[in-house]
This record gives sequence, structure tokens and C-alpha cells, in this order.
Amino acid sequence: MAELKLTNVAKAYGEVTVLSNINLDIKTGELIVFVGPSGCGKSTLLRMIAGLEKISGGDFTIDGDRMNEVPPAQRGIAMVFQSYALYPHMTVRDNMSFALKIAKKSQAEIDAAVAKAAKILQLEPYLDRLPKALSGGQRQRVAIGRSIVRDPKVYLFDEPLSNLDAALRVATRLEIAQLKESMPNSTMIYVTHDQVEAMTLATRIVVLAGGGISQVGTPLELYERPQNEFVAQFIGSPAMNLMAGEVVGTGAQTRVRLENGGEAVSNVPTLAADMGMKVNIGVRPEDLLATTGTPIFSGEVEITEALGEVTLLYFKRAGSDAQVVAKLPGIHTDVRRTTVALGAEPAKVHLFANGISLLYR
Amino acid sequence: MSPALQGLITIIIGVGGCVAYFYFSNLFLDKVLYPASGPKAGRNINRANMIRPWLFLAPALIALSVYLAYPVVETLRLSLTQRVPGGGYVWVGFDNYVKMSGEPKFWEALRNNMLWLIVVPAMSTAFGLLAAQLSDRIRWGNLAKSLIFMPMAISFVGAAVIWKLVYDTRPADQEQIGIMNAVWLAFDGGPASVLFLKIVPVLGLLGFAFAVGLVAWLLLRPVVRPSGAAAGMVPLRILGVLVAVWLIWVTLRGAIGLIGADLPYGVPQTWLTIPFWNSFFLMIVLVWIQTGFAMVILSAALRGVPEDTIEAAIVDGANPFQIFFKIKVPQIMGTIVVVWTTITIVVLKVFDIVYAMSNGQWETQVLANYMYDKLFRANDWGVGSASAMVIMLLVTPILIWNVYNARKEMR
Repeated sequence: MAELKLTNVAKAYGEVTVLSNINLDIKTGELIVFVGPSGCGKSTLLRMIAGLEKISGGDFTIDGDRMNEVPPAQRGIAMVFQSYALYPHMTVRDNMSFALKIAKKSQAEIDAAVAKAAKILQLEPYLDRLPKALSGGQRQRVAIGRSIVRDPKVYLFDEPLSNLDAALRVATRLEIAQLKESMPNSTMIYVTHDQVEAMTLATRIVVLAGGGISQVGTPLELYERPQNEFVAQFIGSPAMNLMAGEVVGTGAQTRVRLENGGEAVSNVPTLAADMGMKVNIGVRPEDLLATTGTPIFSGEVEITEALGEVTLLYFKRAGSDAQVVAKLPGIHTDVRRTTVALGAEPAKVHLFANGISLLYR
Repeated sequence: MSPALQGLITIIIGVGGCVAYFYFSNLFLDKVLYPASGPKAGRNINRANMIRPWLFLAPALIALSVYLAYPVVETLRLSLTQRVPGGGYVWVGFDNYVKMSGEPKFWEALRNNMLWLIVVPAMSTAFGLLAAQLSDRIRWGNLAKSLIFMPMAISFVGAAVIWKLVYDTRPADQEQIGIMNAVWLAFDGGPASVLFLKIVPVLGLLGFAFAVGLVAWLLLRPVVRPSGAAAGMVPLRILGVLVAVWLIWVTLRGAIGLIGADLPYGVPQTWLTIPFWNSFFLMIVLVWIQTGFAMVILSAALRGVPEDTIEAAIVDGANPFQIFFKIKVPQIMGTIVVVWTTITIVVLKVFDIVYAMSNGQWETQVLANYMYDKLFRANDWGVGSASAMVIMLLVTPILIWNVYNARKEMR
């Protein structure tokens, strides 16, 4: 049971402000994922919640108690580090029981907690081994076990899967999802730069960029209704196509004439006053379809990448325009060097003015 | 010719000679002996590469066998012989060893060496570790480290001279130039003297006894209360506990003696003539020198401890002492052992400090100075060589352990 509340939290190193105006409410049982590009401060924010970094401004509370100056051990948190951070001189058992020994728990209590965690994580055969005798995945499980035994209010994960190979990463991701499932009342905060991890694990995703929060929402909210161009392009792969244009028809549906000569219709409503406004339309590669009507975009396919279930088409750039990418179902290697006209359903066309979605103005 | 110029020329000839040897011998191997050309070029290159390591190793191998291996064998031979008046020698078997074991001075040297062996490496390593940890995170830490490291650059004899001044004694009516006596004479038997010379040292001694007791308990606990992980090296642990008990007994006896002692206030002390304690005054000199060495090595090792494990321990609720003793120290244990054994070897060979400060008088004799006494003062080659062999026997196992651990660290 834990509710976390961050109010105007900021972090500065001397003159340099890394994070500012962070406002976030985290409810019991949520799995919150912090994503963002490298250097956006997501790990710093996690470490501030853990108490490993000082909070330079604002308030941070857990269950209503101000935590800014409370030492990490008394915040009721447990943390899993990117590098596992296992104590190399201790066996798996000692690694997991260290925190309990420090807390002066009875031996029986410690044994019970370790046995339970080892059972959940299938670590029973390895309890008397040193970390160096374990594989990467097993080490990661020990690191998770070390948090479980403490029965914390909040679990913090700092890019826990980034040191694992691809196959193991998928398996461990599922294990973390199952772990969350088995502890519905625990609150978890998970930092990653991998959007697949974010989309699959999160109850809500916090997108961090430029020293602040860009958008908070469920994975599908972020995918379907991105608040700004940054989130639109950050979530989804390949990134959303953005094309510049001008509003030529307003109302329940908006018509946009694009600078590349195409025309797009969006379900995003606009007012009569918006006529002539400069906007960017955004269409995800998977929403672009071959069309015979008025195309949004038409161009020569430069490169195709056939992935089996889908084919990615990379179009030739015209001048300084951004690369346009389409993702079509099936295999289409034969369209290379041909001209393809693409359209999209009005429901799938996003509109952004000055980088902000018109849905949210 | 001026000696400085002479020294410079010697250096130039020495270094130049070395460079010339490596350069020209290599050239000879490649161009004359096995030239990498002609019909047998491939075979020649292989052969040259097989010879090259030996070529480069040869000077070191020859120097080591002439100046290390041969003297060992020769000393062993000498320790089994006796010189006869008028030249020549006779084979006497183990007579020299028997004769040596009958001398109280030998046993005094052996006992002192054992004391040095326990005190100096322990204190140097402990102070070095302390200095390394404390100077790690502060701005003037590097300056502090440089100051602590500086004594390493001073020769043992130089250090002995410096400390002889610290312990210097002048008649009571003159100004004391030794800081020990200067401080000592400031005490007059009043309350301050009782506080600083009785209460504080007794508390210090009790604290030391307590710390030793704690170490003994840590050693003993896995034996008495086995908990999951097996307690390794039981005999070694018991031995450690016995040494600890002895140390506690000596400490407590000293503390009780100090409480009851009637201290000679106002009388300048000749520190180096106070039996038993004077050995410790000599040990301080070596601790002063070796602490810098321990600090530098341990400081590097401490920096190698992954920051993540420390942060994990902070999150786990460990306090700074627990982080230091349960997370950091165990991770650098290998380095601590290497530092400890390296200092132990230095201590076993200690000669200069004793020779320059007390020359083994007033019960400060150590084995190396005893050997020097016998070999070069008494001209008794037999007993002198025998004591040299004893030193070598003591050093060898520690040396092997040291090399073993150092190699393990490097892997």
C-alpha cells in the first residue's frame, strides 16, 4: 500500500537544472514506467525517489509523509539496479538476507523471507552460490529477490533488463509482469529506454523530455492520443511521420493541404477561426495505406525492409523534408523504385500546431 | 672529478649500456644469426622469436642467480661450517644452530621480531585503510594523501634519525628538543596529567582490547554457531583467537599497570632505554613509513569497489560503518592481504631502523641486526649465516602466500 506524490519536484546540480516542475501522483498497485531519451533525467528522478540523490526543490511524499530528507532505508522502498549491484563476496542467500540482518530481524524470519523469495524466483538451487557463479538472468533474479524479501511499499527498477541479451530480456520481462500480477498491491516504478518494455509492462507511462514530464498516460492513451509531437514520435516504431501543411477546411473534420502537394482529412475538430493555420499532420507508418483517391503523400520507394509480417517502405526525401516511412502488412519487396500513393483514415490522422496536439488545446 | 659528475657518468654508462645491449643483441639476432630473408626466412623468423625472450631475460636471470640464488646456497653452506684460526673452515653440521639457540640475545631478537610482525603490519594496514577511506571524498584528500605518503620517500636510516630527534633527551635544566620529552615535561602530576596520562590511555587500551575481542568473536562465531555457510580454516581461526586472547591479556595487564604506576613527572625520559616499550617506539618509525604504502594501494582498491553495491547497501539500510566493514572491506580483502604480507616481509627484514636508533641494545634486538652483529662485528660467519637462514625460513612462506594472493588479484 503506497501512494506517491511528487509536487513541483526539481533537481539541479549547481547552476544546471536537470529536472523541474515534476508533478506526479502514483496510486497503490500501479506500475509506472519512466521513459525518455538518454539524459532526460529518468534515472535521476528514480534515484531521487529512492533517496540516493537529493531533491533540490518541491515535495515528495509517500502515503502523505514527506520523504525529502528521509534516508533511503526508511522510505519503504527497494531498488533493482541496472548492473544488479549484487554483493560479490556474499552468497545468494546472504545477498538476499543482508537488509533483514541490518534491520535485526530474527533468523527464523529471515529464513522464511528468503525461502519465499527464492521459491517465487526459482532460485532455490542457487542459494549457496556466489554471484559470479550465476548467469546474467539468474543474477537479475537475485537482485529482484533482494527487493522482495524486504517487502517494500515501492519497488524501483532502474533499467533492469538492459544488461541481458534479447531472448532473456523478453523472458525476464514476462517474469516481471507475472511478479507484478502476483503482488497486486505493490507499487512499482520502472525506468527504461525500451518502449516495448514500457508499452507491455506499464499501467501508466511517464514520458520525460527536456527536463520535464511530456505526457503521463496509459500506454494506449500515449499511442492513440499523444499530447505533443515529441510523445507522438517517441512512442511507436518506426516513429510517426510528420508533414507540414495548412488548414483549408474546418468543422467536425479538418482538411489540411500539405506542402508536399498532398491533402489530408482528420477527425480532429477545428473552429472556423483556425482556417489557414500552419499545422503538422502526424500519421503513424502502420496507418498509411495505399490509396487511389487524393493521397496524403506520394513518392518513390527508396528502400524496403521486409520483416515477414510487415514491410517497411522508406521513401525518397524531397529536399530537407523528413523521411517518410510506411508499414504495410505482408511482403512488398517489389515496390522498390516505384511510386506509391498513400492515404490514411481520418481517425488516424493527428494534428499538431506548434508541436502541441490540437486535441489537447 | 666532482662526485655528482661521476654519478651522472655512471648513470649514463649504465642506462646506455642496457639500451645498447638490448638494441644490438636484437639486431644481431635479426640480421646476422637468423636473418629474415633468403630461402629459410620463415624458419629463421620462428627461431629468432623463440630465442628473443631469453635474450631479453638473460641480464635479469644472470643478475638474479649471481646476487640472489648463489648467496642463498652459500649462506646455507656457511651456516654449516666453522672458520678456523689461520684460514680455512671445518664442517660442523648443526653446531651453529645449537649454539645460536643457546644465546638469550637470539631469543630476544626472535621475540621482538614476532612483536614487530604483529604490530607493524596490523597498524600500517589499519592506518592506511583509515587514511584511504577518510581522504577519499574530501577536497584536500589528495594533499593529505601526499603528506601521508611522503615518508615512503625517506630512507629507513633517515627516518630513524628524524625519530631519534623526536625521542631525544636533554638534562632536566636544558630545553628539550625532543617533542616526546617536551610534552612529557608539561605534565606535573596535576589533574590534567591524570586525565591525559592515565584516564585517556587506559580508555584507549580498553578500547583496543575491546576491538581485539570483537575481531576474536568474529573469527570464532562461525565455528561456534554454524549458520548455513561452512566456516573455513578452523585451525587458523582458533590460532587467531589465541593470539587475540594473548593480546587482550597483555593490554589489560598494561592498563592495570598504568593505573597503579607512579609516573616520574618532571624527569626527562630516555625513551629508547625503557625495556619492552622501546621496541614499540622503534616500530612507530616503520609504521610511519609503511602507512603511506598501505594507503596508496588500498585507496586504489577502495575506488575499485563498484558504486552500485554501496548504493544498494544504502538502500538496504546499512550505516556508514556497516558499509565500510561489510561491503567495502570484504571486497578489497585480497588487496588487504597483499598489503599486509608485503609489509610483513619488510618487517621481517627490518634492520636499518634498529641499527641506527638503538643498535639492539636495551632489549630491542631483532634478527637482522643480530645477524649483522654476529657476521660483521663478532666475525662469527657460522652463527651469522645460521641466523640469516632463520630469517629466510620465516620470510619464505609469507612470500609465497604474498605472490599467490597478488597473482589472484591480478586475474
